[in-house]
Formats: sequence, C-alpha cells, structure tokens
Amino acid sequence: FHPAAGPSEPKMAGADGDDSLYPIAVLIDELRNEDVQLRLNSIKKLSTIALALGVERTRTELLPFLTDTIYDEDEVLLALAEQLGNFTMLVGGPEYVHCLLPPLESLATVEETVVRDKAVESLRKISQEHSPVDLEVHFEPLVKRLASGDWFTSRTSACGLFSVCYPRVSSTVKAEIRQHFRTLCSDDTPMVRRAAASKLGEFAKVLELDYVKSDIIPLFTALASDEQDSVRLLAVEACVSIATLLPQEDLETLVMPTLRQAAEDKSWRVRYMVADKFSELQKAVGPEITKNDLVPAFQNLLKDCEAEVRAAAANKVKEFCENLPEDGRETIIMTHILPCVKELVSDTNQHVKSALASVIMGLSTILGKDNTIEHLLPLFLAQLKDECPEVRLNIISNLDCVNEVIGIRQLSQSLLPAIVELAEDAKWRVRLAIIEYMPLLAGQLGVEFFDEKLNSLCMAWLVDHVYAIREAATCNLMKLVEKFGAEWAQNTIVPKVLGMANDPNYLHRMTTLFCINALSEACGQEITTKHMLPVVLKMSNDQVANVRFNVAKCLQKIGPVLDNNALQTEVKPVLEKLAADQDMDVKYFAQEAISVLALA
Amino acid sequence: MENTKLPPSSPTSPTTGFSVPTAEKIDGFPRRSMRRARQRRSHSSSQFRYQSSQIELTPLPLLKDVPSAELHDLFCQKLQQCCVLFDFLDCVADLKGKEIKRAALNELVETVATTRGILIEPVYPEAIKMISVNIFRTLPPTENAEFDPEEDEPTLEAAWPHLQLVYEFFLRFVECPDFQPSVAKRYLDQKFVLQLLELFDTEDPREREYLKTILHRVYGKLLGLRAYIRKQINNIFLRFIYETEHFNGVAELLEILGSIINGFALPLKSEHKQFLVRVLIPLHTAKSLSVFHAQLAYCVVQFMEKDATVTEYIIRGLLKYWPKTCTQKEVMFLGEMEEILDVIEPTQFQRVQEQLFKQISACISSPHFQVAERALYFWNNEYILSLIEENCHIILPLVFATLYRVSKEHWNQMIVSLIYNVLKTFMEMNSTLFDDLTSSYKVEKQKELKRERERQELWGRLESDSQRRLQLMEEASLNLRNLQEHQTPRHIHTQPEPSSTKTA
Repeated sequence: FHPAAGPSEPKMAGADGDDSLYPIAVLIDELRNEDVQLRLNSIKKLSTIALALGVERTRTELLPFLTDTIYDEDEVLLALAEQLGNFTMLVGGPEYVHCLLPPLESLATVEETVVRDKAVESLRKISQEHSPVDLEVHFEPLVKRLASGDWFTSRTSACGLFSVCYPRVSSTVKAEIRQHFRTLCSDDTPMVRRAAASKLGEFAKVLELDYVKSDIIPLFTALASDEQDSVRLLAVEACVSIATLLPQEDLETLVMPTLRQAAEDKSWRVRYMVADKFSELQKAVGPEITKNDLVPAFQNLLKDCEAEVRAAAANKVKEFCENLPEDGRETIIMTHILPCVKELVSDTNQHVKSALASVIMGLSTILGKDNTIEHLLPLFLAQLKDECPEVRLNIISNLDCVNEVIGIRQLSQSLLPAIVELAEDAKWRVRLAIIEYMPLLAGQLGVEFFDEKLNSLCMAWLVDHVYAIREAATCNLMKLVEKFGAEWAQNTIVPKVLGMANDPNYLHRMTTLFCINALSEACGQEITTKHMLPVVLKMSNDQVANVRFNVAKCLQKIGPVLDNNALQTEVKPVLEKLAADQDMDVKYFAQEAISVLALA
Repeated sequence: MENTKLPPSSPTSPTTGFSVPTAEKIDGFPRRSMRRARQRRSHSSSQFRYQSSQIELTPLPLLKDVPSAELHDLFCQKLQQCCVLFDFLDCVADLKGKEIKRAALNELVETVATTRGILIEPVYPEAIKMISVNIFRTLPPTENAEFDPEEDEPTLEAAWPHLQLVYEFFLRFVECPDFQPSVAKRYLDQKFVLQLLELFDTEDPREREYLKTILHRVYGKLLGLRAYIRKQINNIFLRFIYETEHFNGVAELLEILGSIINGFALPLKSEHKQFLVRVLIPLHTAKSLSVFHAQLAYCVVQFMEKDATVTEYIIRGLLKYWPKTCTQKEVMFLGEMEEILDVIEPTQFQRVQEQLFKQISACISSPHFQVAERALYFWNNEYILSLIEENCHIILPLVFATLYRVSKEHWNQMIVSLIYNVLKTFMEMNSTLFDDLTSSYKVEKQKELKRERERQELWGRLESDSQRRLQLMEEASLNLRNLQEHQTPRHIHTQPEPSSTKTA
C-alpha cells in the first residue's frame, strides 16, 4: 500500500490492466476520499476504474476491496449497488459474473430501503447472466443465506429473488426455494411478511400450476387474513395474478372466499385496494364471477362509509361497465350500477364527486343515445352545477365522449353558464384549466356558437391580472385561429387584439405584442403585413422601455413571415432606431433582432 | 428486574426554537398555516360502521342505589350496555341513547375508581370487551394527505365524548388497587396490545395522551407483555423509518421508551443495544424529526447514562445520518450533540473526536448562520471546552483552517465575532501550535490545490484510457461475432453475448 506513489506517465495500455500505470492504492484512495461528494463521484465512475484495471484485476483487487469496505453513506452505497448491476462485462463476462455476488449480498442487507431495493434489482439483473449451473452453485445459496438472515432487512431482500432463480434450477432446489418462501410468508416481523406478500403474485407466476394450488393458495389465504392491514392489502394485489393463473373451475373454491372477505374487510385500506384493483380483478376472474360476485361487491364499494374507498371505486365505474359481458351489460348497469352512481353525484365529499366526474361521461358510449339522454344527461347537468370547480372541470374536459353519442347541443344550454362561471373563478388555476379546454370546446360547439357566446370570454382573459392567464389566453387564440382559419381571425379577433395597442396600461399593450407573436404565423403573410406590422412599428415609440424591447423581440419573431421588401423598408429602419435607444435592454434586443434577421 | 417510572418532567418542549424569518411571510405567497387557519376544525371517525341494527338503550338503575349483592351484576350489565356504538358524525342522531351511554360510562368510571372490591374475576372479560369494542377501530384516512403535524390542525375524533370516558375507565381500571395482573393477562393479551399500539397513529392528540399513560401502566403491571411491547414498538418505528414515514404517535411511544430505558438492567442486553443502533439512531433520518426530537434525544442520552460504552455508536450514527440539506434539522442535531457531549466520558470523547470535529467544522462553515452559530456555541459550554483543551493538539489542526477561512469570509458579523472568540480561546490554550498552524496555513492551502490538480489529472487519464479500452473491447467482440457468424450462422441468435475475456 503506497498512498504516496502517484501514477506514472501515461502510455498505451493493453486490453488488460497495467499494474504500474494505476496502482490499486491510488484508485482506492479515490473511492475512500474524505469528501462524500468526491467519493460519490468516484463510485459513479466505477466502470472507468474497472476498465483501467482490466477484468482480472477488477476481480482480484477491486471487488474484494468493495466487499470489505461496505460501510458508507447510503448515497454512496446506492450508487455502488446500481453500478454493480452493469458490471458483468467488466469482470470478464457471464462466466465470472458470480464475482459480483459478495458485494451485492452485503448491500442487500443494509438498513436503507432504497439501497437494498437497488441491490436486489441488480441481483435480479445479473441472475439472468448466470448459467444454470452457476445459478445453483453461487446464486441460490446466496438467496438462502439472505432468507435465513438474522435481521429483517436480508429476509426482505430475499423475497425479491426467489422468482428469478426458480425457473432455472433443478427440482430439488425448487422445493427448497418454495420452502423458504413459505417460511418468509409467516415471518415474525410484518416488514418481511409485507415483502413476501408483495412478491406473492410474481412468485406464483413462475410456479408449476400444481404448486400454485398446493403452496401459493394457502399462503395467499393466510396473508389475506393477516393481523396487520398493511399485509392484507398486498394480498389483494397478488389476487389478480393468482386468479389469472388458475383455471376457471378452481377460482370459486380457491380464490373467491378470500376476495369476498377482502372486499368487506374492516380496514378501509384493504377495501380501497380492492376498489383500486377492481378492473384487473374483474378481468382475472372472468364474466361469470363478475356477474354474480363482483357486481354486488362493486355496489358496496360505491356506497362505502369511507370517502377514500368511494372515490377509488368511482374512478373505476367506466372501466368496470365497459368490461362487463356484453349480454346483460345494459341491464346490469341500469339496475345495479346507475342507482349508486346517482347517489355519488350528490356525495358529501368533493374528491368522490370529482373522481366520478372524470369518468361518468364515458358511460354514454356504453349505454347509447336514448339511455344517455334519459338517465345520464340529468347527472351531467347536475355535476356541471356542482359547487366544486374541479367537478365541473372534469365534466367539461370529457365532453368529447358525449359529443359522439348525443351531440353537444343537448348540453350547451347548461354548459354555457358553467363555462362562464369557471372562466371567472377566483382561483387562477381554475381559470387556467378552463382556458386549456377552449380549443376543444370551440371545435365541438362550432364557430357560430363560439362567436356568439365564448369569444368575449377569450378576449377578457387577455386582460386578466395574472400573467399566466394572459399567456394561456394568447396561446388559446393561436389554437382557435388554427381551427377556424385566417379569415375568421381577421374578422373577429385581430381588430380586438390590435385595439389593445392603445390601452393606457402598458401590460395590455404588451399583450398585443405577445398575441401578434403567437398569431402571425397562423394568420399568414397578408394579414401580418397589412394589419399587424403597422401597429408593431408604431409601438416602437412607446414611452415604456419594456414595450419597446418587446417590439424588437416581436419584429424578430414575425420577420420570417414578412417579405423582404417589408423587412428592408419598414422593419430595418425601426430596428436601427431601437438599436440606438437610451435603454440598455432595448438596444440589446434590437441588435439581436437585426442579426437574427440578417439586416445588418 | 426492570422498573419503570415516568421521568420527573417529561420532555415535551423542543430544545431549540426555530422561527421563520418575517421576510418569508410577506413574499406574496400565503403560508400553509394561514391557509389552514381559515378551514374549520375537521372531525372524523371510523368508529360507527359495524352496527347493522341500532339497539335502543333503556336506562338501568344507578349503581349506588343497588344492594351490594347485586352490584357486580349491574356493573356488568352497564359494561354490556356501553358496547353499543353511536354515530357522532350525525350529531343529532339518537341523542337519548348517547346520553344513557354517557351516564353509564361516568358511573363505571366513578365506581371503578372509588369502590373497593369491584374488580372480581367475572368483571375482567366484560370490561376488556367493552374497552375493545369502543376503542379498537381502523383509523380513518387522513383528510389532508400532506398533513404537517407542526402546521396543520389535527382531525379530531368525533366520538370523543364517549371515547374519552372509555379511556378514562380503562386507565382507572388498570390503576385500580384491586387490579390483578395474573387475571388480567388472560384478556389483555398480545393481540390486544398490538391493536392498542396501532391506535397511537391517531391524529387526535387527546387520544394519544390517554394511550401513552395507559400503555405505560400496562407495561408496568403486565411483565409478560414487556418484551412483546418493545418488539412491536420496534416494528412500528422501522415501518415508520423505512416504509411509510408516517405515524402520528412516535413522540408518545418515545416518551414511554424513555422511562423504560431508565429501568433497563445492567449490563445492557444486546437486544437493547440493537434497538439503540438499528432503531433509535435511524429515527433521526425522519422528515418529521422536529415533532419528536426532544423525546428521541432524551432516550439517546438515557442510553449513554446507563452505559457509557454505547457513546461511540451513538455519535458515529448521528454523524452518518447528519442532515445534508435541511438546516433546521442540522440545528437539532447540533443541539442533541451538545446534550450528548455534556455527559460524555473523556475516554469516549477521544475515540470520536476526529470525526466529530470534522463535522463541527463543516457546520461552522455553513452559510446558514443559525447552523454556524449553534456549532460555535459549543465553545461556550464549559465541560466541552475542557474536553477540547485536553485534546487541543488533535482538535485545533482539524478546525483551524475552517475557522481561519470563515473568519474572513462569513457574511454574518455575529458569526465572525464568535469565531474570533474561538480563535482567541485556542490561542490561549496552545499558542505554539496556534502560531505553527497560522504560518503553515498558506502552504497547506497550496498542497491542497496541488492534490486537487493531481486528482483531476488522474481522472482525465483514466477516462481517456477507458474510452480506448472500451473501443478495443467492442471491436474485439465485433470480430468475434463476425467469426462466429461465418462458422455457425444458424446459431448466432441463440449465442450469449461474446465475453470480453476473449478480447484480451
């Protein structure tokens, strides 16, 4: 160990490491640097070091050092765990990949979750690079050691490794792995049981069907009735995978009792999980069980006493209805689901209503025109009048579904007051959200309706007192012009925009410039040259410097739309004048415009 | 034998105050606290769920009016009556029933507190059942997902009018002189304790206060449950640290542990040391440390006072988890470190002084003046100062460069003058060393710069070299692939990636 020995002169190195070139001690000094940040940087470039050392010295010198000195800041360990997952080539390819196991094994036992998870991720990755023999000789013993570790962290990590080695080992070893998994599922600490429960579905997928029935099902049942709700709710997730694996005739006896129990669990967290996974569960158990079991369960979730659960279920209403078997779908929805939905429209909790509002419009495509008009329309209208702006917004943002089925005219009478109210909401984020739907609404409502009812709103936003709204309004105008065309723009909005150039408020005058920036391209050369350019040029005499330098920026922006004649005879003189302005910023932007437009 | 008693004054007030500079409040963005203040206090309850059909309560005779022979029967009847739950979210529902239950609970509380001989064996299962039915419930989801215990109003339990009396009864029941642990342990079992511990997550501080006192009594009286209670508290903490970062009752549980640690027998069992190193120290990493820091620091110091040999673990642990970006937490860590140093043994101090003073000097150079100030205050502590003096030859070289540099650079005048005081103290302690360090300061700086240059050169060479090697490797593997394609063209897609060893 010669810390003082510096690296010698660089010279061409062969494919393998050169001892004199990079003494391991110097490199290790870097990995040990007192400054955490430097240490971290070194670890992040571990592959560089390994490349410099060559594969053999990486195996014999670098990896033992890394294995021995695993006590560091979690951040450094995290970087190390990640690096080692990509190290196979650097230690000499798949036949040597097992050299990486010792340091990763230590990392898989540390306390900090992110480090451990990353180590497990890397182990899973390199497990694929092990030959079947190496997997049994090196990898599987590691999994066993972790699974029987003293402290909960190593057992937790083991849970994530069973499924990657199971498919590629002999049947004796398979039996051992199953045994270890069983043990961890009934571990003393809830942390390990949670880890096992979260990997139950993944493990079930790699097991032979007979073992799914004989091993996984009892574990599933046990975890689903664990004393801690945090374990039980993870079993619900596994339920989806398990149900997919089993033949239909076994579902009733092996899975359904547990699922029914979960849907009525006394902990809202478990019921929430059921609601959240409802579509997946529905697909996994198939149409028959859905009709007999899941429909009533879903009704209960929609009526749950906890708002959290109702909101999760409300979110699934559309998907659930969509996936119902086609024969009898309409009847089920009309008789079982719709009554619950009606109640949710006037729920006491705004999250529930807003979750419903984000999907309820989707029902119209499923139920068809007549049902929509008779049953859904009143609900839409009620939600459009809801006190909570988020509910109204969610309805408006999904109008396209209804448009396809019944046309938007049915709604327009109620739509208008709702839009107007949102457009004037005291919260600027609400105003912003409704602006973003304007182009969509304009497309669906048509140009006449728009001109008559909404145009004035769009113009009013241009003088909003919040900049973000004025900016969004500008952008909105551009999208409207793209939709309705240049002629429409010239007749309706351009005069109003240009009119603001004489406003006493300089912020409004600047809005004119911002609008021109946004509109010139969509409006085309003629309108830009004839109508917009004169206004811009005139504003170059504005007394506020901010307006003047925005004139320069604006000219730079609309320059490409103009023809050369206009540029030379009209734009150039003005920019030259601005380039000699008293104000530093005006000068700067004028000069920039001159050089960008190549007018110098 | 462990004995437990509550510390004379429970540590509830944080040791260090942290006030937000007023400038932050007038920046145009309303602070969360102001926004919250406008909201009404919210009430929530998951208690009322399992009652399918509501039973109508009829008032029973008063306990004090019956002959003593019938007392126990009536007592049990009242306990059964109190198992009926009411909907408190609907405040006008079944007012009569609520009143009957309230009166019954009041009577039960009074009787168990004043009537000797009331706790005969058949009463235990009825009492525990009544308590379980009332208090055990899945806590409702928090109404505010980003609930900040320091800023936000907690959601209060709506059923508190009854719940409080049930807790009061539970407390009097356990504290009753007639209470027989040997009988109670049949009903107050592990499952019961586990559910009791889960309740500590309640947002309602009134409920947590009752739970704290009750659990403490249970721990004191039911010896068979002690190890189990400690283990489950461990699990709750570990889940809090590594999984959810959310649990409302950490401070209360720590307060109980503070007195439990106080009663640990010596020498410390390895289970207890493990608890210190793997649970208490990592608790310092929590985002919401400020909520329970006082209680945590109390526990840590308790451990040190029990057994000085754990000092090194504690200090190294704190240094490992030292906050990187949160200055508010850094100030708390410094406060705790001072509490620790206040009771440290000189030999223990010497084992950690180097690492410790590297961190302290990093704190001194913090641009946040409260951090620098808190670190410099260590020199105002007489005991710490005496430790520094004894080890001046080691500590001074560690901090000198920082003190020297910061005294010239810091933006805050108060910090600069504090540093001058510290430098003066050092000069008085060991003037020769001080002069040596002053004269070699520039040389050291140069050396440091040189080392940094060398480092960069090393990395520059390493990188260009690796690039070349990488190219060689890729070319070689390409050649190998070409070769294989010519030899066994049909198997090429099933071949594993050519290994790099063959390129050597």
